[in-house]
Amino acid sequence: MIQFLLNDQLITLEQIDTNTTVLDYLRLHRQQTGTKEGCASGDCGACTVVLGELNEAQTGLQYRAINSCITLLGALQGKQLITVECLAGERLHPVQQTMVDCHGSQCGFCTPGFVMSLFAMWKQQPKPSHEHIDLALGGNLCRCTGYQPIIKAAQALGEYATDDTFSANAQTTRQALKALQPASHLALSYQQQQYFLPHTRAELAELCLHYPDARLVAGSTDLALEITQNLKELPCLIGVNQVQDMQQLDVLAEKIIIGAARPYSDCMEVIHTYYPAFAAMMQRLGSTQIRNQGTFGGNIGTASPIGDTLPVLLALNAEVELQKGEHIRLVNLNDYFTGYRKTVLEKGEFIAAVHIPRLQAQQVLMVDKVSKRFDDDISAVCAAWVLTLNNNVIECARSGYGGMAATPARALNAEQALIGKPLDHTTIQAAQQALAHDFKPMSDVRASSWYRMMVAQNLLERMSLSVHQPA
Amino acid sequence: MKQGHAGQAIPHDSAIRHVSGTARYVDDIPLPLNTLHAMVGTSTCAAGHITQLDLSAVKSSAGVKAVLTLDDVTGHKDIGPVFPGDPLLSTGEILFYGQPIFVVAADTYQNARRAARKAKIEYTPQTPLLDVKQALHQQRFVRPTHIFGQGNAQAAIQAAPIQLHGEQYIGGQEHFYLEGQVSLALPTEEGVMVYSSTQHPSELQKLVAEVLHLPIHAVTVEMRRMGGGFGGKETQAAQWACLAALLALKTQQAVKLRLPRADDMSLTGKRHPFWNQYTLGCDEEGKILGAMIQVVGECGYSPDLSDAIVDRAMFHSDNAYYLPNAHIVGQRCFTNTVSHTAFRGFGGPQGMMIIEQAMDDIARRVGKDPLDIRKLNLYQEQQTTPYGQTIEYFVLPSIIEQLEYSSDYWQRREGIKLFNQTASHVKKGLALTPVKFGISFTAQHLNQAGALIHIYTDGSIHLNHGGTEMGQGLNIKVAQVVATEFGVDIERVLISATRTDKVPNTSPTAASSGTDLNGKAAQQAAQILKARIAECIATEYQVPVESVEFVNNQVRYLGGALSFAEVANLAYLHRVSLSSTGYYKTPLIHYDRKAGKGRPFFYYAMGAAVSEVQIDTLTGEYKVLRVDILHDVGTSLNPAVDQGQIEGGFIQGMGWLTTEELMWNQEGRLLSTSPATYKIPAISDTPPVFNVALLKDHPNGVATIYHSKAVGEPPFMLAISVWSALRDAISSLSHYKMSPRLDTPATPERVLRAVLESRAHNP
Ligand SMILES: Cc1cc2nc3c(=O)[nH]c(=O)nc-3n(C[C@H](O)[C@H](O)[C@H](O)COP(=O)(O)OP(=O)(O)OC[C@H]3O[C@@H](n4cnc5c(N)ncnc54)[C@H](O)[C@@H]3O)c2cc1C
Ligand code: FES
Ligand code: FES
Repeated sequence: MIQFLLNDQLITLEQIDTNTTVLDYLRLHRQQTGTKEGCASGDCGACTVVLGELNEAQTGLQYRAINSCITLLGALQGKQLITVECLAGERLHPVQQTMVDCHGSQCGFCTPGFVMSLFAMWKQQPKPSHEHIDLALGGNLCRCTGYQPIIKAAQALGEYATDDTFSANAQTTRQALKALQPASHLALSYQQQQYFLPHTRAELAELCLHYPDARLVAGSTDLALEITQNLKELPCLIGVNQVQDMQQLDVLAEKIIIGAARPYSDCMEVIHTYYPAFAAMMQRLGSTQIRNQGTFGGNIGTASPIGDTLPVLLALNAEVELQKGEHIRLVNLNDYFTGYRKTVLEKGEFIAAVHIPRLQAQQVLMVDKVSKRFDDDISAVCAAWVLTLNNNVIECARSGYGGMAATPARALNAEQALIGKPLDHTTIQAAQQALAHDFKPMSDVRASSWYRMMVAQNLLERMSLSVHQPA
Repeated sequence: MKQGHAGQAIPHDSAIRHVSGTARYVDDIPLPLNTLHAMVGTSTCAAGHITQLDLSAVKSSAGVKAVLTLDDVTGHKDIGPVFPGDPLLSTGEILFYGQPIFVVAADTYQNARRAARKAKIEYTPQTPLLDVKQALHQQRFVRPTHIFGQGNAQAAIQAAPIQLHGEQYIGGQEHFYLEGQVSLALPTEEGVMVYSSTQHPSELQKLVAEVLHLPIHAVTVEMRRMGGGFGGKETQAAQWACLAALLALKTQQAVKLRLPRADDMSLTGKRHPFWNQYTLGCDEEGKILGAMIQVVGECGYSPDLSDAIVDRAMFHSDNAYYLPNAHIVGQRCFTNTVSHTAFRGFGGPQGMMIIEQAMDDIARRVGKDPLDIRKLNLYQEQQTTPYGQTIEYFVLPSIIEQLEYSSDYWQRREGIKLFNQTASHVKKGLALTPVKFGISFTAQHLNQAGALIHIYTDGSIHLNHGGTEMGQGLNIKVAQVVATEFGVDIERVLISATRTDKVPNTSPTAASSGTDLNGKAAQQAAQILKARIAECIATEYQVPVESVEFVNNQVRYLGGALSFAEVANLAYLHRVSLSSTGYYKTPLIHYDRKAGKGRPFFYYAMGAAVSEVQIDTLTGEYKVLRVDILHDVGTSLNPAVDQGQIEGGFIQGMGWLTTEELMWNQEGRLLSTSPATYKIPAISDTPPVFNVALLKDHPNGVATIYHSKAVGEPPFMLAISVWSALRDAISSLSHYKMSPRLDTPATPERVLRAVLESRAHNP
């Protein structure tokens, strides 16, 4: 059984197709058709809804936009699901009124999604900057307006009321959320299907051993596409988002440990503090909706050659913490990938956390991503380098490249070409040439092999131009 | 104060519903019990014949209620809109990858989708024809070549001091309307009721009737609103409606067919890719003396609307420039892909691109600023186009002059030159490009429209017209016209769904003509009713009929006034009909295809844009930094709606020319079938400085509705300035000695290639 609030209504679900997306639940099961389907793949934002939940300190509420089309019902446990139909009280909500006043809708099909993204943003930033707006709305596509009136609507928000029914009802909502029962171990089931929601790593470990063929669900931003695009039925699912001891974010003296189930959005602050170049790239990983759901565990779990965190983690010499039963092991990410979407992860084993070494005083981290479109696009090439510099001499160089091979991979030849050399134009040129021996990238819908190689080489130059020598 | 009359910037009539999630689209309509969901099964090769079709696994798949092939169609099997060539389902011959072969109806959407993938189909495949040049070489055309011109181009070019030649490949474009194709068909006593997201309800009605072998009156089509159309629902909506209707009649159950996004992208036609060439001669100053232009449209497997689309490309291959000697050739090539179709601009943008490329090329050759070349070649009043239309009310010189000033073009040009000399791997580019876009359907008979107005006894007004609302604000504009005519507040006018049983035999809402045609038709209906009411009042109160006025929610007459509601009731009691149709057809237009001469356009819409871009020469990435637009909408009916069309059209055009890349593999399968791989502009692509202004005090010279101008398509082509600015930035690497070819979409990859070429030219 799971419990959540649908707007203000308490919902308990038990017997329901466990592969149902939140979007289909709203549209087909509850006939709430205000939320739209534009793509069913997380790319357009038409299906955006907001999840309200108690913040980490349990003192206040936080609101996050997600794509309902790639979210499974298990993710709703303990949350308030807010949909476009329920924003307005007696009057339109400020985010709705500003959209009307600024002519922010034309055909209107994208509008409910924009309204919900605006709502989540406004709850955090009642007076958003241009940067906030671009970030908050980067995952919402509009084919009609060219965005200009929507940007104006968002910029005008400061002129509207600063409270709404949600703030007025905050007290009751908090109580209602606290009163929700925790999910039962077998949260949802239907015919042969099962959806488990363990609460601890120990429970998870046991389930994984017991159901070695089960699929783990973290943010489901990758997994759900198997359902909505490939029409697969996933009979046994184990959700990790209730596993409290996989949500940690520990900043230790020599490393930072991030729980595999922690959404990107909850990591951004720390990453920004300790690895600013990484944070800058992560702002372009998917969209706000994707980052509110997606996790490091999921990114490593897909083992995709275009997973954006992976080159960075490689360059940073990160380790993954794997657990099978009670056995825990640490594997260097470099040894983790064995082939195209193949890893050393065993049946019944899962990713518990990622351990990222902290940068030394002499180290610089450089990260860059090139894609066709700036917002919400998969990389043609993603590159990361950690250089250890001593008096402008590169003592140590470690890299990670995405999009260049069947797995995220280091550019070993290029690394060698840098080590022991001064950081200057000649050295970079030598490394660029060496890089040509590291990879034979392929051509696909995103870029040609030629372009990938050219960019991979040139990024080295571009990144080196931006290096600020550590003092 | 009158509320919501013509000229006021009032919000879209559905704005509040849009933001509240209560605006209903076809997929939101509550379904009758036992509604079935349909899906098509499609081919996995691009050319060949089916040798075996085994549907047993489809039929036995969970929830399946019916499976139909072309053999089950009793009526017409071909749904080609103008010319035949579009079989409803495959005849056994395969024409493109993803061609629908059968249709299945099941109890749920998911079951229908799963079942549709279970067919066992075998083919004798043939090598698909996928290359437009090869098609041209083999003379594989879906429609014959068309040629027009004036003077003697060849002689003029030969005699000219400078000769230039250029070519370009212009990529197509996926419509990516946010709401995909969808139809819902309900069996009725007499036939079928169809709810469809379509720009052309009347054609859909006719095709459904033909496929079902019913008279047209047995089919009704309703369309309240589309979640975007852009041309993609002009002809491409029909197939899904016909299939849903076919299944509805067979099963006697309601049937919904909604294409999932990947299928929508794979199975429906797109903007035509074009391959264009020019050869021209000009003098030392850069003035064109003669031009030969060939535009080659890649049409896909069938004619669809390609005849008219390539015509429009030809009609716009001069854009705003005088070609005293011109020879324009248009080709319509067959390829084994989806049949390419209408898309905002309808071939016009693709045609314009070739002459805009030529402008840049001339500038590099004679060493002048491209803007000077554009101004030098600009039309002047009373000159003629290559197809014989006389240039009138030509406001572009003034638009360009105002824009040069307001955008600070020349100062910025100097700044950019300086920047490019000093900056390392980042270069900037600037370009001003004009648009002159012909308004009217090139198929003459389509230039007609009907409307229907009822006034009820409480004075409320029910308005219906033949146009369809897809976000462009057509309904609100037409309602503003009606409110203005009756002198009432806009709230009194109810805009209702477009229905084929209210206004018959309508034209598609396309060619930017929606307001021009339907606004006029609605105006006529209103004027008929006003005349009836005025006469009634004149008789009742014994006043001259001329004294009756409709103002301020009142009807005034010599010595008195009544509220509009009172008048409505009075007229009713006096047995005056309060319902009227209205009708309009566009005057003056004609085109003699044999001679290649005429006046295909009632008038031209015009505008210009200045774009500034920045490119990274290491990766080819770029950013549009600033855009200034001045556009002519005549006397605006609704400045907010018009501004929205300009901004939205511009960004859509920018996407077409930059990041929106369609990619087919060698088997003819489309690879870019989702928004994950096909990138339309997102929010941060909107330029940080984006100044859009409507040209002031310039009513349309011809008698359109309140002297406004069509605005749906023309602004799309303003985005050519972005492409030209990219070329400008790239050209800086050769010290503006040359502009390398930059095919579109100008993805970062293409820009990087051009960067290398430009740099190589400047050792
Ligand atoms: C619109 C869109 C844009 C995207 N953009 C980007 C992008 O720019 N860059 C990028 O890198 N990715 C992108 N992605 C892909 C995806 O969002 C990320 O890879 C994300 O990190 C996946 O995390 P998740 O928590 O959602 O994983 P899920 O979808 O829940 O899981 C992914 C896979 O990992 C497995 N898994 C999950 N958790 C664990 C665990 N703890 N142990 C073992 N296996 C596990 C799952 O079983 C599944 O096979 C995008 C996706 C979408 C839909
Ligand atoms: S429907 Fe497009 S993101 Fe969900
Ligand atoms: S208003 Fe049509 S997609 Fe945004």
